[in-house]
Amino acid sequence: MPKVTFPHVGEAHRALKMLMTDLGNEVIMPPRPSKRTLDLGVKHAPEFACFPVKILLGTYLETCPQGVELIITSGGVGPCRAGHYAQLHKKILRSLGYPVDIIVFEPPRLYPLDLLHNVRRVNPGRLSYRSIYECVRRAWRKLQALDNLEKLSHRVRPRELNRGAATRAYRKGVEWIDRAYTLKEIIDAEAAALEAMEKVPQDPQREILKVGIVGEIYVLLEPASNLEMEETLGNLGVEVERSMFLTGWTRDNTWAETVENMTVRDAALPYLPELLGGHGRDSIGNTILYAKRGFDGVIQLAPFTCIPEIVARTILPRVAKDYNIPVLTFFLDEQTGKAGMATRLEAFVDLLRYRKRQQKSPKLVVNI
Amino acid sequence: MKAYLGIDVGSVSTNVVVLDEKGEILVGLYLRTAGRPIEAIQKGLRQARESLPETVEIAGAGTTGSGRYLAGVMVGADVIKNEITAHALAASTLIPDVQTVFEIGGQDSKIIILRRGVVIDFAMNTVCAAGTGSFLDQQAARLNIPIDQFGSLALQSQKSVRIAGRCTVFAESDMIHKQQMGHPLPDIINGLCEALVRNYLNNVGKGKEILPPVVFQGGVAANVGIKAAFERALNMKIYVPEHHKIMGAIGAAYLAKEEVRRKGRTNFKGFGAAQVIYRTSSFECDGCPNTCEIVEIYESARVIGRWGGRCPRWDALPES
Repeated sequence: MPKVTFPHVGEAHRALKMLMTDLGNEVIMPPRPSKRTLDLGVKHAPEFACFPVKILLGTYLETCPQGVELIITSGGVGPCRAGHYAQLHKKILRSLGYPVDIIVFEPPRLYPLDLLHNVRRVNPGRLSYRSIYECVRRAWRKLQALDNLEKLSHRVRPRELNRGAATRAYRKGVEWIDRAYTLKEIIDAEAAALEAMEKVPQDPQREILKVGIVGEIYVLLEPASNLEMEETLGNLGVEVERSMFLTGWTRDNTWAETVENMTVRDAALPYLPELLGGHGRDSIGNTILYAKRGFDGVIQLAPFTCIPEIVARTILPRVAKDYNIPVLTFFLDEQTGKAGMATRLEAFVDLLRYRKRQQKSPKLVVNI
Repeated sequence: MKAYLGIDVGSVSTNVVVLDEKGEILVGLYLRTAGRPIEAIQKGLRQARESLPETVEIAGAGTTGSGRYLAGVMVGADVIKNEITAHALAASTLIPDVQTVFEIGGQDSKIIILRRGVVIDFAMNTVCAAGTGSFLDQQAARLNIPIDQFGSLALQSQKSVRIAGRCTVFAESDMIHKQQMGHPLPDIINGLCEALVRNYLNNVGKGKEILPPVVFQGGVAANVGIKAAFERALNMKIYVPEHHKIMGAIGAAYLAKEEVRRKGRTNFKGFGAAQVIYRTSSFECDGCPNTCEIVEIYESARVIGRWGGRCPRWDALPES
């Protein structure tokens, strides 16, 4: 069986593993990005490359020594450097003596023939297209279950009575979903996980702030790359809503653009009429949508030197002013010290809280 | 007499303040952290106790700055708050209609925008320390000028000399180049002040609406050259409070007062913390591939605080 691996993106590897195993591959599981991953990535990637490239390379360098033959990853849309990084990864890995190949899944709407060609390559079991469809459907459902559980955890965490209870319920639920195989098992595991999460003791009276999270897809989806910002915010009493989940992103780039995606684009249009690659336009559009939905604030996550997010960053102050919503930007890189981020997050949450209280009772001018 | 203690543990300085009920400053200490925050905090506590009359009773304590958690567990703080909130509160208590706060410290610089007494926006330098106090310190040392004379020297400048300000490496090489060409020192120092101000306004202050009154605080506010450069660049008066170096600690003391008023008692352990032996140790957690470096602080033989973890695994402390 060919040995395959793929990047570590949140919990998505659980669904991907099932799919690849079903298609007759042996999966080498990517480890959760750690200090070691970063060290390896930083050592072998070009210095100017963005953070996701370094983490992905580091991840591959952790799995390749286990005999990986094929790496599966996704491509980029528009003029973002990430589009050619898969080829760069291949060159670097080969120069280091790992004879690997990389399959890049580009948006099939744009490259339908590539998709068929790629599917053939990851299907050594020679399953029929009908069987492949069944496997994809189960994997897709698993991915949805994982996303749904994560979304619920964002709502429960800020309200939990015992610090850490939501995170513990989440970890458990993820394992249940991971172990499920048939469609029915997946649906049952999801239901059980969601129920366990709902049962976490909560304080319904607590003053909760709502913050939308926008930015580049990898640092958004992989908590290890953003210093677990969503968890940190949850512990500060903030309910987060992330603008991107793997299921949503895949849908937008596979068969059809969703209504949500088109709305984001339309919202961003007055500020940014061009597609600038990556998720720059989404960052702007989603900020506007969050403001319209009455969120208390928005946080933008961007890899250091990411051009699309830098462009978005320079436009966001105007959006923030026009729509009267505070926006805070974080540029993420290899630093692992959490203190600087914690300070800014705490200050941002203070700001949002005072602002909200003042909006409720406008006469209040004291800021404690 | 009731009083409130505020401690701001920064990268360069550790400041200790004691305020009375009316907000008057009874003690205002500015000490060098010198890489040993525990000793600096203890020294501050000792000096504060010595200069306070016997009748003063500490009714609440607050900590801020990058060492706020450490200071918080050592003294038993009622409130542990980020420095942005603390600085904003101190500035707006002093000047209630303040709309902009510049704060430049040893390792970071921030801008805080307030409207009607509430913080509506802020920014901190993100990836580079260009233009902060440490760099000024370093340049003063290189030129062999005491840091407290650095600013007044800039004011003697007759002509402006342009120094690159985006990056300290560029700035230093530019300064050396200009000095070797024969420009007088005051002009070069003034050029550096202008470069730092330019960098601050373009980087930290990017996209922010700077409206008066502007309060300038933090260690660097002592530098009259920087203050003058800000006034020239913005064409508005910059207000430097008398206690500009210890505004963070003042804010922390105010926050402590408010917190104690709310909960009705204090956790303050007393000035005894100055005598106790504190010790820190660290280990790598083996719970997951993150291998977080967990730091523990011991008060005598007992663990009183742990941090550095990305998850709450080590947050719970052994029962005392």
